[in-house]
Amino acid sequence: MNRLDATLEDLRSLDALASRDTALSRLDPRAKIVATLLFVVTVVSFDRYRVAALVPLAIYPVALATLGDVPSRLLLRTLWLASPFAVLLGIANPWFDRAPMLSLHGVELSAGWVSFTAILLRFALTAGAAVALIAGTGMAALCAGLARLGVPRIFTVQLLFLYRYAFVLTGEAGRMATARRLRAGEHSRLPLSAYAALVGHLLLRALGRAERVHAAMLSRGFDGELRITHRWCWRRADTVFVLGWGTFFALARAFDLPRAIGTALGGVLA
Amino acid sequence: MHMADALLSPGTGIAMWGVAATALALATRRVRERSDDRLVPLMGMLGAFLFAAQMINFTIPATGSSGHLGGGLLLAMLLGPHAAFVVVASVLTVQALFFADGGLLALGANMFNMGVLPCFVAYPLVYRPLAGARPSNRRLAVAAMVAALLGMQLGALGVVLQTALSGISSLPLKGFLLLMLPVHAAIGVVEGLATAALVIFLRRTQPDLLPFASAHGAIGARSMRPLVLVLAASALVTASVLPWFASTRPDGLEWSVARAAGTHAPQAPAGGLHDRLARLQRRVAWLPDYELPRTETSPATVERAAWPEVKPATSMAGVIGGVVTLALVMAVGFVLHRRRARA
Repeated sequence: MNRLDATLEDLRSLDALASRDTALSRLDPRAKIVATLLFVVTVVSFDRYRVAALVPLAIYPVALATLGDVPSRLLLRTLWLASPFAVLLGIANPWFDRAPMLSLHGVELSAGWVSFTAILLRFALTAGAAVALIAGTGMAALCAGLARLGVPRIFTVQLLFLYRYAFVLTGEAGRMATARRLRAGEHSRLPLSAYAALVGHLLLRALGRAERVHAAMLSRGFDGELRITHRWCWRRADTVFVLGWGTFFALARAFDLPRAIGTALGGVLA
Repeated sequence: MHMADALLSPGTGIAMWGVAATALALATRRVRERSDDRLVPLMGMLGAFLFAAQMINFTIPATGSSGHLGGGLLLAMLLGPHAAFVVVASVLTVQALFFADGGLLALGANMFNMGVLPCFVAYPLVYRPLAGARPSNRRLAVAAMVAALLGMQLGALGVVLQTALSGISSLPLKGFLLLMLPVHAAIGVVEGLATAALVIFLRRTQPDLLPFASAHGAIGARSMRPLVLVLAASALVTASVLPWFASTRPDGLEWSVARAAGTHAPQAPAGGLHDRLARLQRRVAWLPDYELPRTETSPATVERAAWPEVKPATSMAGVIGGVVTLALVMAVGFVLHRRRARA
């Protein structure tokens, strides 16, 4: 169950990244949320057989990740761990969709391979943007932004609480799993009875902790309403950020830059 | 079984977001109405619990699905369906942001498949009637099993339908269903077992923790209203968004309808692939970059003509352009990185 420890590690590094003061973290979280949503919708709005036309859009996650100092290893690892579903469904395309579509020096590529490549690219772009968003914003800022965008407060408060205690309970689960592994052997499978006891105790500990946290909150004057403080106000830089990226997405959607480049270069080469 | 952005069309993704947002608005309102200030830390902690517990799991290799405690049903027993849905939605949001599980557009679909279906369908319509007012341990376990299994099947069906409506994957609807439903039946059984085992464990240790596990718990008839509203909203959103989507991208609905009809077609043996190709040809013909069919004679010739010529020059242009653009993007990233490092 190294996965618990690995997850905790990833959470910690993303959290550490988000707490830094970068040009990106100084932007209003709403600007980043809106731009990222625009980005995702733009990416998925392309036709399923368009591959090259998607590539210019990669500049958004690349820029966000670079400005937010997200290490490429962390980004790639997250993408790798999240990829199975999209990849396994996508790999069916070459099987079902065999009409020829591309011809490169006599080698024909079927439409299925083209759409599979498009799925991989879409996956990398959308998933990369999500991770870059959180790494460059941070959970507290993101929740404040969501709340100011009209998301119900109960939900944003829930997100914050969940996030805060995810570290605690994941660490706790990791320790329980280690304890079990030390007693039962490295490779022993987890039988259902032991699973219920293990997860059940985790649940009991969570509930006990919730009660203590509640008592602690009451003693600090909690009145049922949680107030998220924020230090952002919408500035010109935020407007420029959203409008700039929005225009870029619209242009990338309307004009196929790679094709133009390719045609020009192809002409030169020929 | 997180649905992924890469497999969604904007129409389907936004429609599912509409449904999930409606459910979230209703559920948060109901939670607020309960005005129980213990709920805030309790829901947060249970979300964190679910988050951690989902990593103690059984994975089913080679399917891309991981079977773990879906948790919607268990949380509904602990918190009631509305608070449970808010918790599940928050866990899915954190997973989408931090682990790119699913994605931001697919978050709506995932909230529907793993939140709305277990909390507002499997729990009130399957679990509660089966469990009854004062369930014995065995009855509780059976009810939890059946509800978990059914919730899982509904979720898998949701994934299949969303994928099919989006039309990004070429998997035929029927084949995909035949793949997904049995796999998720197996996962559902194991999840049901896990849920039942957990519930019985809790009952033995702290029976008062499960206020919503029996049908005569704290929920009144009023609590069915959100379910009805959510289902009505789903129907409304589907009815209003999907036709728009279907008219701009003529493959989605037609595709699944044709697929459903195609199973009755007489040319069954070669039917699957042939049908698929024929539809594909029609679809590709409307791509802006390719010529439209010039003549419309018999259906067969239309299909022939509709398929664009494979032009080596165009293919090459696409590949060269793509690679050059990618290099440019990398260069911009590199320059930004250098500038940041220097600053």
